[in-house]
Amino acid sequence: MKIMPCPLNGPRNISEFACSGEVAEMPEPNRTGDEDWADFIWMSNNTAGVVREWWCHVPTNYWFIAERDTVTDEILKTYPAGKVFTARRDFQGRDEGP
Amino acid sequence: MPWGLLKYGLGRRYPAGPDFPARPEFKPRYDVVIIGGGGHGLATAYYLAKDWGITNVCVLEKGYLAGGNTGRNTAVIRSNYITPESVRFYKESVDLFNDLSGELGYNILYSQRGQLTLAHSDATIRTFRMRAEVGKLVGTRIEMVDRRQIREIVPCLDMDENARQPILAGLWHRDGATGRHDAVAWGYAARAAEYGVELHQRTEVTGLEVERGRIAAVETNRGRVRGGHVIQAVAGMSSVVAAMAGIRLPIRSYPLQAMVTQPVKPFLDPLVSSSGLHTYVSQSSRGELVIGGGSDPYELYSTRSTLELKESLIAHTLELFPFLANLRLMRQWAGITDMTPDYSPIMGESPVRNYWLDAGWGTWGFKATPVSGKRMAETIAREKAPEILHPFRLDRFKTFDLANEMGATAASH
Repeated sequence: MKIMPCPLNGPRNISEFACSGEVAEMPEPNRTGDEDWADFIWMSNNTAGVVREWWCHVPTNYWFIAERDTVTDEILKTYPAGKVFTARRDFQGRDEGP
Repeated sequence: MPWGLLKYGLGRRYPAGPDFPARPEFKPRYDVVIIGGGGHGLATAYYLAKDWGITNVCVLEKGYLAGGNTGRNTAVIRSNYITPESVRFYKESVDLFNDLSGELGYNILYSQRGQLTLAHSDATIRTFRMRAEVGKLVGTRIEMVDRRQIREIVPCLDMDENARQPILAGLWHRDGATGRHDAVAWGYAARAAEYGVELHQRTEVTGLEVERGRIAAVETNRGRVRGGHVIQAVAGMSSVVAAMAGIRLPIRSYPLQAMVTQPVKPFLDPLVSSSGLHTYVSQSSRGELVIGGGSDPYELYSTRSTLELKESLIAHTLELFPFLANLRLMRQWAGITDMTPDYSPIMGESPVRNYWLDAGWGTWGFKATPVSGKRMAETIAREKAPEILHPFRLDRFKTFDLANEMGATAASH
């Protein structure tokens, strides 16, 4: 089976992992129009080549980032999400609440 | 005619000519340039010429005709979907398939044997009831069947009540059929070529020149070509080609793996599928069992094979037909499925004025070949998508007006 090198658990069978799609910048919900929000939700680059994606090791619920080539099916690099997301991000205007 | 056959076999002259003319040089300009020489592109070319008299058309194919996903699907033809919009659309396709061999003068080995879908849970039975009622409303032949009727339709199914996933009920779709998928494309190509449509094989599109919101020219590995209208029908590469026109699509591409066993005597007439077990099985006219399932778990443009998917597919198939355990696999392959968020295609207008989309064909493309060709030809000829394609427009994603089609094969993602 294909092996995914997990930054936390080491090399594991890829069937233990779930892919959650490309790492994309989320726009601020309260300052984004419907059209841009729809774009963020539905549209995809669907790149034929190297992509940077969210993956989760399901048994340990550990989320990380993997760089992968979608043409050759090679996993190039994996690292903890903290390498990319270094600061907490707060969105404005959340006081309305559910 | 055995005598005719004998005479033909012993004759010195070989009367059959090639189906398609040799590849010509490019003309300076075409009325319509079709990117993609699969079933959809060739059907569009045929109906443009036949229904609308538009024959100054060229089809660009990077490999050979029907060499992409047209020749990689499992050739299931059906219209038992769940939304009235889809059922109406796919019913028109099944109706066109019924007469297609005659219309094209080309044997597509069409065989209407019915499709039986199995339910292993109460939740599935509920959706089957809905699919049956929607199908009857639109006018397809579809009904719910119980365990006794299932035994009559497919006597060799394992009906053990103590199975891991016992068969509780079925959805019997008499209109379900199969055919030879590449022959469908060849038939359309041969007749389109007779009308004067140019077939350019081994011609890969490398770029699209967009000027003032229109496609000015199509760049290929054999030079530039101009067209009044340009349409893309490139299942498996939809996002890549659309990106050349600056268009983003809500598509994610996954491989779908399928396989055939060694041939055996005919025993399975209808096509059998089970969404709960993620498998579908049919017996080809050669006697091989064609087995397919859901798409791969992560996005990929490679048609490589994986053992784990084959193992799970085979295990699930053996739950339905345990006696197949001694058969050997003969071939396996994969196609690339362009999955959309609502399991419906993307057809019609694009943000570029003379550029038309026939994309997002996930696991439902082959069965839609005739209707897509006919309706995309109408779209281009009238420069406006007809009402039947309205639910599948790209703009539905801007207005959150999706056509959620859970009757699709890989609606498990």
